[in-house]
Amino acid sequence: MTDWLGPAEWTALWLSLKVAFWATLFSLPFGFGAAYALARGSFFGRQALNVLVHLPLVMPPVVTGYLLLLGFGRTGPLGEFFEDLFGIIFAFRWTGAALAAAVMGFPLMVRAIRLSLEAIDQGLEEAAGTLGASRMRVLRTITLPLAWPGILAGAVLGFAKGMGEFGATVTFVSNIPGQTQTLALSIDILLEVPGGEPLALRLAIVSIAIATIALTVSEFLAQRVSKRRAT
Amino acid sequence: MLRVSIVKKFDSFALNVTFNAPAGVTAIFGPSGSGKTSVIRAIAGLLACDRAEVSFERRDISKLPPHKRDIGYVFQDTRLFPHMSVLKNLRYGGTYGEDAVIAVLGLGALLGRYPTSISGGEKQRVALGRALMSAPKVLLLDEPLSGLDAPRKAEVLPYLEALRDQTSIPILYVSHDMGEVARLASRIVVLNHGQVVLSGTVEDVLANPVAVPFLGVRDAGAVLTGHVVGHSNDGLTKIETGAGALWVPGTVGRAGSSVRLRVPAQDVILARTAPINVSALNVLPVTITALERGTDFGVAVALNAGNARLLARVTKRSCDAMGLIIGDKIFAILKATAIAPADVG
Repeated sequence: MTDWLGPAEWTALWLSLKVAFWATLFSLPFGFGAAYALARGSFFGRQALNVLVHLPLVMPPVVTGYLLLLGFGRTGPLGEFFEDLFGIIFAFRWTGAALAAAVMGFPLMVRAIRLSLEAIDQGLEEAAGTLGASRMRVLRTITLPLAWPGILAGAVLGFAKGMGEFGATVTFVSNIPGQTQTLALSIDILLEVPGGEPLALRLAIVSIAIATIALTVSEFLAQRVSKRRAT
Repeated sequence: MLRVSIVKKFDSFALNVTFNAPAGVTAIFGPSGSGKTSVIRAIAGLLACDRAEVSFERRDISKLPPHKRDIGYVFQDTRLFPHMSVLKNLRYGGTYGEDAVIAVLGLGALLGRYPTSISGGEKQRVALGRALMSAPKVLLLDEPLSGLDAPRKAEVLPYLEALRDQTSIPILYVSHDMGEVARLASRIVVLNHGQVVLSGTVEDVLANPVAVPFLGVRDAGAVLTGHVVGHSNDGLTKIETGAGALWVPGTVGRAGSSVRLRVPAQDVILARTAPINVSALNVLPVTITALERGTDFGVAVALNAGNARLLARVTKRSCDAMGLIIGDKIFAILKATAIAPADVG
């Protein structure tokens, strides 16, 4: 089984899982915050936030990757900020690949969470308030538990997007084996070397399997949300 | 004492309401769209107002967020938390008087169930229990019976009566059902287009001929309190009231128990002389205390009967033909069946 893929391919698969995992984990709180603001907030700039969140979905990925390079490169303002403060370097590292995956998966994640928040009867949150619950307690005991299928679905979508991200990643952190060469980037390389096609096909099958599992799980969770809405 | 003064402009009408509610049940009565629910949402802090003064026992609560107001709110649509069991719902706001609440509301068998698997009447009882266990200083009930069919209403009403008799906090009861109001409330605030048109004890307001157009012709009618004397073999109950002894249909209460009767104004017939050979069972000697001519064909006639008051609604034509004036001593005829069992409680 292990020789079905070469060591470089196993590294790429492992790297992809790592990149997608951290991308999802770190973007989830922000994704929930943005979804909550869009679903519940009535503030100036709400529409601007909506556009900003959805931009990576509609912009060419190359442009997103280029903007990330400008902002989070070693000489970019945000890149310097993170390096000075946390010692995190994004440029040409797997962390950069994770950042690109997070940004590209963000709109999908926010959309799923927002839908589940909008499906919650706000009267329930009101009722919790009259029973003495503060806003934080309402969020913790009513909103989050009722929205969790949507949050999980959003996480799964973000994870799947992170696994397959190509354009922004290759633009931002290039294609470095063992460092930024994820599954999608490996396939791209393999297709360009002679005799690499059978391996590329195997990696493609792995990708399809992961995507299928992710979609099935998110579909199952979405159904739970709509069932709850019906009752 | 709960003191309320609220001003809020809506697109279509303005809410401008001031009233006080002592301990006991105060009904907020009015047609739909009169602002009843807006008033209690404002008291709970769920509705932002142009001006709101809400104080309880001289403590101003109008600037506090909803969760700091110590108010219990029972919503028309119950709003039970679907992801929590009945017991968790009940305990969400606290565990004040838990055993007593569960016993009084008959919730013991439901504790492990979830809201989706219990009936509408049961949900409403759970919602009531949940509000009570948060130890509220004021209880707001927003038409808790309006979503229920007649049997479910009959199931929940006794619990509300028990609540009324056992608590000493102000309870505001929003309703557009005069039968419920007459049965549960001791005071009433009548709203119309966002304004208070009448307020006072239920006995005073419902016997006031001025109230007829606001209560609606079908709902106007005095409330009598009395006690059950006994039951007859032919299926009637004799009740001694301040106005005299009355026969009502059905077997109502036990001998000696106190009851309230609602006598619809439109079902009271007036006569100059005591009628003979009529089928109506209840004939009371009365004195006219006020006449209020409506804008339509009707006249509301306020009557003193013994030490109680009645209200009759007759046509202007009858009123003029009989030459009714204030001070006249006449007779009021009440069909026993006009006092529907649902209104007796």
